[in-house]
Amino acid sequence: MLCCTEESKSFALVPGSYCTSEDKTNFGGLKVSGEEGDQTLLCWEKGRYPQHSPASSSNPSVSPSVCPFFKSTFIWRVLVCFYRVKMASSFARVLSSKRKVGILSLVGAGSLTVGFFLNKEQRVNAGAHVRRIYPPSAEYPDLRKHNNCMASHLTPAVYAKLCDKTTPNGYTLDLAIQTGVDNPGHPFIKTVGMVAGDEESYEVFADIFNPVIKERHNGYDPCNMKHPTDLDSSKIRGGQFDEKYVLSSRVRTGRSIRGLSLPPACTRAERREVERVVIDALAGLKGDLTGKYYSLTLMTEQEQQQLIDDHFLFDKPVSPLLTCAGMARDWPDARGIWHNNEKTFLVWVNEEDHTRVISMEKGGNMRRVFERFCKGLQEVERLIQEKGWEFMWNERLGYILTCPSNLGTGLRAGVHVTLPRLSKDPRFPKILDNLRLQKRGTGGVDTAAVGNTFDISNLDRLGQSEVQLVQTVIDGVNYLIECEKKLERGQDIKIPAPISQFK
Amino acid sequence: MTRHLSDLKMNYTAEQEFPDLSQHNNHMAKVLTLEMYANLRDKQTPSGFTVDDVIQTGVDNPGHPFIMTVGCVAGDEETYEVFKDLLDPVIEDRHGGYKPTDKHKTDLNPDNLQGGDDLDPNYVLSSRVRTGRSIRGFCLPPHCSRGERRAIEGLSVEALGALDGDLKGKYYALKDMTEEEQQQLIDDHFLFDKPVSPLLLASGMARDWPDARGIWHNDNKTFLVWVNEEDHLRVISMQKGGNMKEVFNRFCTGLTKIEELFKEKGHEFMWNEHLGYVLTCPSNLGTGLRGGVHVKLPNLSKHEKFGEILKRLRLQKRGTGGVDTAAVGGVFDISNADRLGFSEVELVQMVVDGVKLLVEMEKHLEAGQSIDDLMPEQK
Repeated sequence: MLCCTEESKSFALVPGSYCTSEDKTNFGGLKVSGEEGDQTLLCWEKGRYPQHSPASSSNPSVSPSVCPFFKSTFIWRVLVCFYRVKMASSFARVLSSKRKVGILSLVGAGSLTVGFFLNKEQRVNAGAHVRRIYPPSAEYPDLRKHNNCMASHLTPAVYAKLCDKTTPNGYTLDLAIQTGVDNPGHPFIKTVGMVAGDEESYEVFADIFNPVIKERHNGYDPCNMKHPTDLDSSKIRGGQFDEKYVLSSRVRTGRSIRGLSLPPACTRAERREVERVVIDALAGLKGDLTGKYYSLTLMTEQEQQQLIDDHFLFDKPVSPLLTCAGMARDWPDARGIWHNNEKTFLVWVNEEDHTRVISMEKGGNMRRVFERFCKGLQEVERLIQEKGWEFMWNERLGYILTCPSNLGTGLRAGVHVTLPRLSKDPRFPKILDNLRLQKRGTGGVDTAAVGNTFDISNLDRLGQSEVQLVQTVIDGVNYLIECEKKLERGQDIKIPAPISQFK
Repeated sequence: MTRHLSDLKMNYTAEQEFPDLSQHNNHMAKVLTLEMYANLRDKQTPSGFTVDDVIQTGVDNPGHPFIMTVGCVAGDEETYEVFKDLLDPVIEDRHGGYKPTDKHKTDLNPDNLQGGDDLDPNYVLSSRVRTGRSIRGFCLPPHCSRGERRAIEGLSVEALGALDGDLKGKYYALKDMTEEEQQQLIDDHFLFDKPVSPLLLASGMARDWPDARGIWHNDNKTFLVWVNEEDHLRVISMQKGGNMKEVFNRFCTGLTKIEELFKEKGHEFMWNEHLGYVLTCPSNLGTGLRGGVHVKLPNLSKHEKFGEILKRLRLQKRGTGGVDTAAVGGVFDISNADRLGFSEVELVQMVVDGVKLLVEMEKHLEAGQSIDDLMPEQK
């Protein structure tokens, strides 16, 4: 959505200088001057948006103020309605079929033109937009004590290149990196350190997202690789674990609704719209997927207790990694939990992503868990498409989610498995590594294992399909169980050869 | 042409965007109606602060059934003007009926304070006066960029560096201090930490911590300035014992000197004759002054009329850990309840006179005497 302001100039990047659309005005005793800049509405290059460029000339002139004479006409109102209702689907269709941002710009320009007038009409100016502007070097964050992916790749040059850009919605680089600036990280755990505010963030800020993605996803290069999506669960081989060892099986992912901003950036109305779209679709699920939605704001005490007992209830995020990104704003407005009557398929609405989808059951039938997972996801997708909505997806990054770590499949398939002997074997970490698995405590990420029961799941998210990743987990967990059995019998085990990462 | 995220909400109606305040109990929630929100939502201050920015902390923190928080913050000086429809009633409610047409008197002449140098040190353990100041032309902590915050730090450090005499001191940037310096500041009870209160975090004032934050204090450790915590500057004068007059003297002298030094460089503090000194939280407008003592009142604090007495004296009690802490060992932090509508001298006078009376009452109760004829009138 275009935000129009009075400023249509480039600015002299003098420390502490003000920028206004007024030529040589005084503000608070400071002399201000501005210049005509490169500011036509439709100036687009691939991946670039009109930005402030360093002023070189000292030839100030008055900025052209565009008058929306148009705004009172019937045609404008029609366009506004058209824009609001159709933006998502038309925009989305173009985006999914063509990667080039150039095409994006052309479609965007049309809606942006409307948007321009829309905003101009609705803005009540409290005067010209005035903000102290500092050169990028004065705004560049101090990342010397930081250890996260963003800090590793955000050089002053990259920052300078991107700091004046915005996505069509107005999301900025500073917003994207705020969580990484505020959370220097842990010496041993490397967090991502940035989030997306909308689908276009990954495009507009590709110069920082791409290296971050490459590092986080073990070498996946968004510039020249494609991500495969495959939700055909019939391709799975095996998938029934020995229940003497595997206590429960679970697959989770996330989905975002195209055309609506992501949790770090969304307005209250957008978040409510996400909720409406999603629960409308979930209400259409039938058979073993029939279920019910529990809004966080409206649930009764009894419902809340039941959800806690079922281990379904999610609470307001406390992790500063999440709160600093702005995704907990307005809690608990438009947040909720949906689950089927059998309590084997669960959807979180507006937590860290638009939706988090979870399929799970006690025992070792990972095949059935994955079947339900695929069926549920595909059904929900069909139901939202009936209403003209889509999931955010592209062939470069797969499914688009808030955190770059969840791109691609966004899939974590795992089991709670008891491995008393294997877990004490010094070769355990290497075995996991070669199988491309990771272990966590049974409380989830960053918890310790209790007893000898571990949460074992896939390491990778991007670059392999859902089917491939779940197969990796199935094959890997079977191998771990075989190792455990061997150790029980007093036999020796072998470290398996490392499996290839990108298939 | 810059798109702003704050325009995204204009795709939706006011009803669709209006926050759910049904569970809320703060000043903002009491005042903000759908109609008011609809009128304000397309406005911005010149630096781009919107009504949603103002109220975010109040939306995110419904409040406590007994404690009434403010629920809104300013992002710049103009916030109080552009969003006066919301902030005037909030201010009126919070500051005891202060009207949009009222004028606030500033008086930083310490000679106008009567007495205050003889509070009984057997009871009054320490005396302290604090306030805040904002540098005109810069955005406030909820909204400032890193560049602005660093500029504020730079200007402040420069001004403070020019103080001399008993005000001569040193600046400790939070991000550069050594372990020893940090420990010393903790031992002196000077060090402030990253805010943990969700009231502050939700407003965005802790962004980029600890960049451009720091502590300056004089060599005597009686005059302290916090840079870029909840406000641009928090200025504190303190010492052990009950000589509030000396504390207030130093407070006024220091503040006046600092203001002069800023003016020499072409900067002034945010101030106007209606709201006095302009700070981030509406609760700190006017004087922004909290003058108080740590005082032993083990008997009086158990008296059934303690709350009533404080109310009449226009004083409030806190634990010695500061706001929202409990008293330890009968020692209370007693300070002025008001900020706006009274001058600095008037407020400190209330503290001085009030605490003198409280100590007298405590002595009476110790001696087994009644305090009924000491009961004050409502100030």
